Amino acid sequence: MSKEPVAVVGIGQTKHVAARRDVSIAGLVREAAQRALEDAELTWSDIDAVVIGKAPDFFEGVMMPELYLADALGAVGKPMLRVHTAGSVGGSTALVAANLVAARVHGTVLTLAFEKQSESNAMWGLSLPIPFQQPLLAGAGGFFAPHVRAYMRRTGAPDTVGSVVAYKDRRNALKNPYAHLHEHDITLEKVQASPMLWDPIRYSETCPSSDGACAMVLTDRAGAARSSKPPAWMHGGAMRSEPTLHAGKDFVSPQAGKDCAADVYRQAGIVDPRREIDAVEMYVPFSWYEPMWLENLGFADEGEGWKLTEAGVTELDGDLPVNMSGGVLSTNPIGASGMIRFAEAALQVRGQAGEHQVDGARKVLGHAYGGGSQFFSMWLVGAEPPTR
Amino acid sequence: MRPPIRDIAVVAFGQTDHTRTSDEQSEVEMLMPVLHQVLDATGLKTSDIGFTCSGSSDYLAGRAFSFTMALDGVGAWPPISESHVEMDGAWALYEAWTKLLTGEADTALVYAYGKSSPGSVRDVLTRQLDPYYVAPLWPDSVALAALQAQALIDGGHTDEPALAGVAARSRESATGNPHAQLRGSVPHGDYVVNPLRTGDCPPIGDGAAAVILAAGDRARELCERPAWIRGIDHRIEAHSLGVRDLTDSPSTRLAAENAGAFERPVDTAELHAPFTSQEVVLRRALSLGDDVDINPSGGPLAANPVMAAGLIRIGEAAARIHGGNSRRALAHATSGPCLQQNLVAVLEGEDQR
Repeated sequence: MSKEPVAVVGIGQTKHVAARRDVSIAGLVREAAQRALEDAELTWSDIDAVVIGKAPDFFEGVMMPELYLADALGAVGKPMLRVHTAGSVGGSTALVAANLVAARVHGTVLTLAFEKQSESNAMWGLSLPIPFQQPLLAGAGGFFAPHVRAYMRRTGAPDTVGSVVAYKDRRNALKNPYAHLHEHDITLEKVQASPMLWDPIRYSETCPSSDGACAMVLTDRAGAARSSKPPAWMHGGAMRSEPTLHAGKDFVSPQAGKDCAADVYRQAGIVDPRREIDAVEMYVPFSWYEPMWLENLGFADEGEGWKLTEAGVTELDGDLPVNMSGGVLSTNPIGASGMIRFAEAALQVRGQAGEHQVDGARKVLGHAYGGGSQFFSMWLVGAEPPTR
Repeated sequence: MRPPIRDIAVVAFGQTDHTRTSDEQSEVEMLMPVLHQVLDATGLKTSDIGFTCSGSSDYLAGRAFSFTMALDGVGAWPPISESHVEMDGAWALYEAWTKLLTGEADTALVYAYGKSSPGSVRDVLTRQLDPYYVAPLWPDSVALAALQAQALIDGGHTDEPALAGVAARSRESATGNPHAQLRGSVPHGDYVVNPLRTGDCPPIGDGAAAVILAAGDRARELCERPAWIRGIDHRIEAHSLGVRDLTDSPSTRLAAENAGAFERPVDTAELHAPFTSQEVVLRRALSLGDDVDINPSGGPLAANPVMAAGLIRIGEAAARIHGGNSRRALAHATSGPCLQQNLVAVLEGEDQR
C-alpha cells in the first residue's frame, strides 16, 4: 500500500523574544498560525484538522492548553490533537500531522508548536521534587555537561570546538529576522571569555529562554498542486525513543538517534548522507551537540564530527551548513524548537530562507531530540516530490 | 474524513483494578501488569510492536515529563518507534490508528494511566481552563458539570430522579465488572454542587489501561474475533462555556457521523460521561435508543481514572465484541470541561462486514 505524499505549503513564525508581554498565549499561537496560512494563501476554513505540541504544561502553568487554544487556532468543529514528547515535541507534532495527510485521513492540516516561557520559570518547571528520585535541580545544562565531557575525552576534540559552533550560530542568527538573539557585536573571543556555567559549557554556548511559536500547513498532492509557491516535499520522517537510563545507554551517541536517522534515510533513499544531504537544521541547545550529532546522524565517522566543525564545513557557506537559522542556540521556545528545525529545513528547499538561504539546497534534514537524549524525531524534505 | 484504506482492529485490552488510592505504587508499577496482560494475550513482545503511543498528564503526576518513566517500564530497548499525547489514551489510540493506516506499522501498543489520588483532582482540573480569565477563579469540575446539569433540567431534558436512575443503572451494571471501583447499591448521597449529588459524580481513583491494535491479517492471527475499527473521529468545541449550548454536544454528533455511527444501529455504547447528566447529553447527540446497552461495564460512574477512562471505553467496547456479546459497538471519549472535546469510534465483529 502507498502513502499519500506530504507537502509543506505554508510556514509561519513569530519573532522570538525573551518575553512577549504584548500577547496572551492564544495571541502568540494565532500570530504564527495566521502567518502560515498567509504563506499558504489559504484561510481557516481550508484547514481540516489541527495538531499542536509544546513541552511540559508546567512551563506556562496551563494543563492541556489545547482546550483553551481551540478557538484561537480555528479548531472549533475540527479534530485537534495535542502531542508531548519532551524536547523533540516540535518535530513529533509535525510528524503526527504529516501522518494524518499520509494516511489520507485529512487533506490539509495545520500544525503548530509553541512555548511562552515568560509566563513561568522553565528551570523550576523541570525541577519539581519527585519522591524516590534524584532531583535534577541544575536544569538541563547540568544533565548534559558530563556527556559533552565524555565526548571530548572519547574523541580528543580540542576544547575550542564548542565556541566555534556558538560563534557560527550566533552569526547565522543575525541573518534570520525571527531569531531571538541578535548579538551584533559577537566575536569568538567574547564567546570564549563568557563565564563557565557547567564545565565545559560556557554561558555563550547555551540556548536562551524564548517566547515563540511556529506553524506549518501540510497538505496532500492535490493541495500542493494548488499552491502558487514551491512546496517542500517530505521524503522521510521517523521517531525513536529509548529509556532515560540503562546500563547499555551511550549518552554521547544514543542508539535511538542512529536508528531514527537510518529510518529516515531508508525512506528517502539516502545512502550517503554527507554527499546527498545539502544542509541540516539540527537540535543543538548546547554548542558541543553539533559535533556529537554530526556523528550520531551519520555525517561523520565516530570521533570525526568535531573535525568538520573545526574545518568550517558547517558554516553557512560551508560544504554542509548546519543551523543556518541560528539554531536552538539563538532561539529556544522549547516546545517550538523542534518544529522550527523542521520548518527551517522546509524553508531552505523552498528557496525562501532569505539571507540565510543556502544556494541550491535541494534536500535538507530537520532534527529534534528531547528528554535525557532519549526521544528523537527527524524529517528529510526535498524540493522535488518523492519518487518512492 | 475519507474512508479508511486499511482494516485495523483492537485485538487485546487490559486494565487495572481501579482504586481510590494507590499510594504504594508508582505509575510504572501500576502500568506494568497491564502492559504484560495485553502482550501475553497476543503473544507479542515489546520488540514485535510496530508503534507505541501513550496518553497521560503531567499535572496529575505533579511533575514535568512524567511519561518518560512509564516509557522505561515499557522496555524501550532496543529503541522503539514511539509517541505520546498529553490527552486521554483514546487520542493516543487515534494517533496509533493513523500510523497503522500509513502502512508504516502493522501493530501498535497504546496505553494510558492516571493517578488522581495524590492531589485534589477537582482543583487540578481547574488548571485546564482559560489561564487569564477563568482559571484564576478556580471553578472546579463538579461546579462546571452542575451548570450543565441545571441547564438540562431547566430545558426539560431530565430531572433529578432520572439522573439518580442513570447512577443506579451504571453501578448495577458494574457488579459484573471486577475492575470497577464503585458497584452495586451506592447511596445517591447529598448535594456536592446543586443539582449534582455524590451519586451523580464519578469516583476519584487511580488506574491504567492498555490496548493492542493490529492491521488486516495480522489482527486475525492475534485475535479470534478482532474488534474492527469501522470508523473513528474526534472534534473539539469552543472552550468558553458562555458560547456553547451545554444541553447539546454537536462535536459528538459530528464525530459520530464521520465515524459512520449512524449508518447502522449499534447494540452497545460505552460512553465517557463522568457525570450522570452528561449521559443525557450524549444519548441525545448520538440518538441512542432504549434498545442500546449503555455502559455495560458501569462506565466512568463506576471507575474514572482520569486520562485512561476514555481508552477504557474503547477497550470495553472491543472486549464485548471479542467475547461475542456485541456485533456493533460505539465507544466515546471526552476531554475538557462539560464535554468540550469528543471522540467516537465504531467497532464491529467480522461477521458484520
